[in-house]
Amino acid sequence: MDFNDTPEEATFRAEVRSFLQANAQPKAGTRPVLRQSGIDAEGVRRCKEWQAKKADAGFAGLTWPKRFGGREASPIMQVIYNQEEDNYVVPKGLYEIGLGMCIPTMMAYAKPEQLERYVKPALRGEEVWCQLFSEPAGGSDLAALRTRAEKDGDDWVINGQKIWTSGAHLSDFGIIVVRTDPNVPKHEGLTFFFLDMKSPGIEIRPIHQMSGARHFNEVFFTDVRVPDAQRLGAVGQGWKVSLTTLMNERLAVGDVQRPDVDDLVELARTVTVDGQPAIRNGAVRERIAEWYARSQGLKFTRFRTITALSRGETPGPENSIHKLVNASKLQDIASYGIDLMGEAGILVDDEVAEAYGMFQAALLSSPSSRIAGGSDEILRNIIAERVLGLPGDIRVDKNVPFNKVPSGSR
Amino acid sequence: MNFDFSDDLKQLRDEARRFLSEQATPAVARRALDGQERYDATLWKAIAEMGWIGAAIPEEYGGAGLGYEGLCVLAEEIGRTVAPVPFASTAYLAAEAILLAGTEAQKREWLPRIADGSVIGCFALSEGTGNPDPRSIRARAVGGKLSGVKYPVTDGGIADVAIVVAHDEAGEIALYLLPLKGVARTDLKTIDPTHNHARFDLDAAGAEKLGAAGGWDQVQRLLDRAAILFAFEQVGGSDACLQMARSYAQERYAFGRPIGSFQAIKHKLADVYVALELARSNAYFGAWALAADASDLPLAAATVRVSATEAYHLASKENIQTHGGIGFTWQVDCHLFYRRAKHLGTTLGGAPFWKDRLVSLIETRNAA
Ligand SMILES: Cc1cc2nc3c(=O)[nH]c(=O)nc-3n(C[C@H](O)[C@H](O)[C@H](O)COP(=O)(O)OP(=O)(O)OC[C@H]3O[C@@H](n4cnc5c(N)ncnc54)[C@H](O)[C@@H]3O)c2cc1C
Ligand SMILES: Cc1cc2nc3c(=O)[nH]c(=O)nc-3n(C[C@H](O)[C@H](O)[C@H](O)COP(=O)(O)OP(=O)(O)OC[C@H]3O[C@@H](n4cnc5c(N)ncnc54)[C@H](O)[C@@H]3O)c2cc1C
Repeated sequence: MDFNDTPEEATFRAEVRSFLQANAQPKAGTRPVLRQSGIDAEGVRRCKEWQAKKADAGFAGLTWPKRFGGREASPIMQVIYNQEEDNYVVPKGLYEIGLGMCIPTMMAYAKPEQLERYVKPALRGEEVWCQLFSEPAGGSDLAALRTRAEKDGDDWVINGQKIWTSGAHLSDFGIIVVRTDPNVPKHEGLTFFFLDMKSPGIEIRPIHQMSGARHFNEVFFTDVRVPDAQRLGAVGQGWKVSLTTLMNERLAVGDVQRPDVDDLVELARTVTVDGQPAIRNGAVRERIAEWYARSQGLKFTRFRTITALSRGETPGPENSIHKLVNASKLQDIASYGIDLMGEAGILVDDEVAEAYGMFQAALLSSPSSRIAGGSDEILRNIIAERVLGLPGDIRVDKNVPFNKVPSGSR
Repeated sequence: MNFDFSDDLKQLRDEARRFLSEQATPAVARRALDGQERYDATLWKAIAEMGWIGAAIPEEYGGAGLGYEGLCVLAEEIGRTVAPVPFASTAYLAAEAILLAGTEAQKREWLPRIADGSVIGCFALSEGTGNPDPRSIRARAVGGKLSGVKYPVTDGGIADVAIVVAHDEAGEIALYLLPLKGVARTDLKTIDPTHNHARFDLDAAGAEKLGAAGGWDQVQRLLDRAAILFAFEQVGGSDACLQMARSYAQERYAFGRPIGSFQAIKHKLADVYVALELARSNAYFGAWALAADASDLPLAAATVRVSATEAYHLASKENIQTHGGIGFTWQVDCHLFYRRAKHLGTTLGGAPFWKDRLVSLIETRNAA
């Protein structure tokens, strides 16, 4: 066992470091960046500027083909880049979905001339992409979606509604999965497209999130025309294409979010319980120890994943563990930190609140981590079924034509 | 980064697993459980002949020189069974203590006999209820004679030599080598009868100090190193429980379907899997720290102790739960693991002790 880079990895790491040193501000000693509010116009400008710089220096789309501006590097190089970038303050939140999920799906299914047109502008951050999957009636059960597309000449005409679409209001293009045949079982009647978010008939309404931000949206489609040439995969094969997108979602190894256990230790040194620093209190120590052990366990699980990546292996369903553990840990640490602060734990103003309001921001944003990108329950099902080999849930909608499947009132 | 065991060690692991699944069956453990024997001498001999006891003992002292990663791999496989052999007492505690503190002469005298299985070792720290603490040690050595009461001592009734924690003439904590022939020992009943446990009543028993140095730090260093090896047993045991529960849940039907198709069972076992994988990853870091003798070793040890103890408790209790009524019987093996989980989780000190220590180590690290 060793934690050393291979010579090739070390060279790359040094290259990344010198790029970041020259172009970004180190995190050390700065305030944590709270992603409580959405991205405003200034935020978009900063994201775009950074992405262009990164792409021009050859650090965007590292694993992508060279002809699209990538390096054809192994996934481990992406991990190394992310590790290094994590030490710097860089604008985030605009491109993760487009570059992590939409464009990889395009690369698997779009025509060469379409890739010629769309990939480079996406890589340089000139064009923003969103993922139009979830609907009011289809979240965890994505294949229950109802938005319809009907063929009309060389076009498809889309009617219906998507929801929870992150960044739709900032996006130029989107990938979408819709129902083209309601008379067959749900997975068989879906078809996949990409479309221009400025198409006539699209209406985008930002949703006010419980955290206060407005980053996800409702997107309404009224007779929106999409050329058949923008279909990805065959008619009726939309489910298969969606799985390509979702597989890329799983490969995105999330960064450690704050507050983590180290922030809790810091807090426990400053606040008091019973006239002493909280960290001297036995009950507090037990909780810190438990989270530290989980946090380290996750860190070294990540190292095991990285080892597999560096051998050219593809992480499987066992990778679900990262988000499952991280999301609840974040929520629980945030909640416990606030408890330690006593009544003043309710303050959110970052000038007044302890630790710049980091715990409060996380309390209000962390519920989303347990839902988005596969809820806790869905991830436990994945582990139980695909890692442990337990039987699938009984499905009452299997082999039933979609328009005969029962649905509720919500 | 290469955060994995080498192919050679994976091969060793596979061989060990194959051997133990044939030779260390629950039927073997049950002979100890039912009081027919205090440990399995045949299995112990076979393990010794394969060089496992001396896996981490250098070749110059008769060991196999496989290194600590090798010993960790074996510990996981031993833990997967509930083998009634004094492996932990002998290899992780007695041999380790001698390697850590012994003089050259003591190493030459004892390690080869430990490695070849002819000498069984044990570690006598506790003096009744309570977690490891220098203030609770009453045992004392005067002029090479040890007096005091030690209990419970795992494998104490079958061992040939004990490493005893006691005060020296100057009142300092030190480790003593105590040959057990003729020493008054009484067997004790415990929650884990697949291991022998004893009480030592020492009245001027002839012993020699292990090495020249002493101090509680030395004891703690030994506990730290052992905690990592114990953790591999705990990981192996947790995995065995998860596999048992999983197979049972696939085969057992209730309400017209396998119980493994109910989410209450699926999600429970997914949680066990998560706890196990976190513990396993921490254990890997422990293996690295042991092998590299890293300065992070104490922190790595306390961390994995906390997560492996939690994982084994969870895995063993949910294994019983998944089995329903049959899981509560003597005849089904679930309880052997449940018992062993608690035994391993308290020897070396229980979770509250290690959690407190872990936070102290974090504080020390942060202050540096
Ligand atoms: C911040 C945020 C950003 C998002 N961004 C996007 C985006 O950009 N694009 C996009 O398409 N979607 C996006 N989503 C939507 C997200 O994918 C869905 O919210 C998620 O899939 C859950 O679907 P749902 O909200 O309909 O909840 P439901 O599926 O209705 O789930 C409700 C509850 O039921 C549970 N449940 C559902 N099915 C099962 C089952 N089989 N077994 C056990 N429990 C079950 C769930 O775990 C959950 O607790 C985003 C969501 C959030 C919160
Ligand atoms: C100490 C003791 C005393 C007992 N005394 C009596 C007695 O006097 N008389 C008598 O008739 N019986 C008695 N029982 C039997 C007891 O009622 C059963 O053990 C109990 O009903 C569980 O049934 P089972 O053992 O067949 O487990 P199973 O039903 O096979 O259950 C195995 C596991 O699957 C889970 N499971 C089963 N179905 C579902 C589901 N639908 N959803 C989610 N999880 C599920 C269970 O919770 C359990 O974890 C006793 C049991 C014990 C342990």
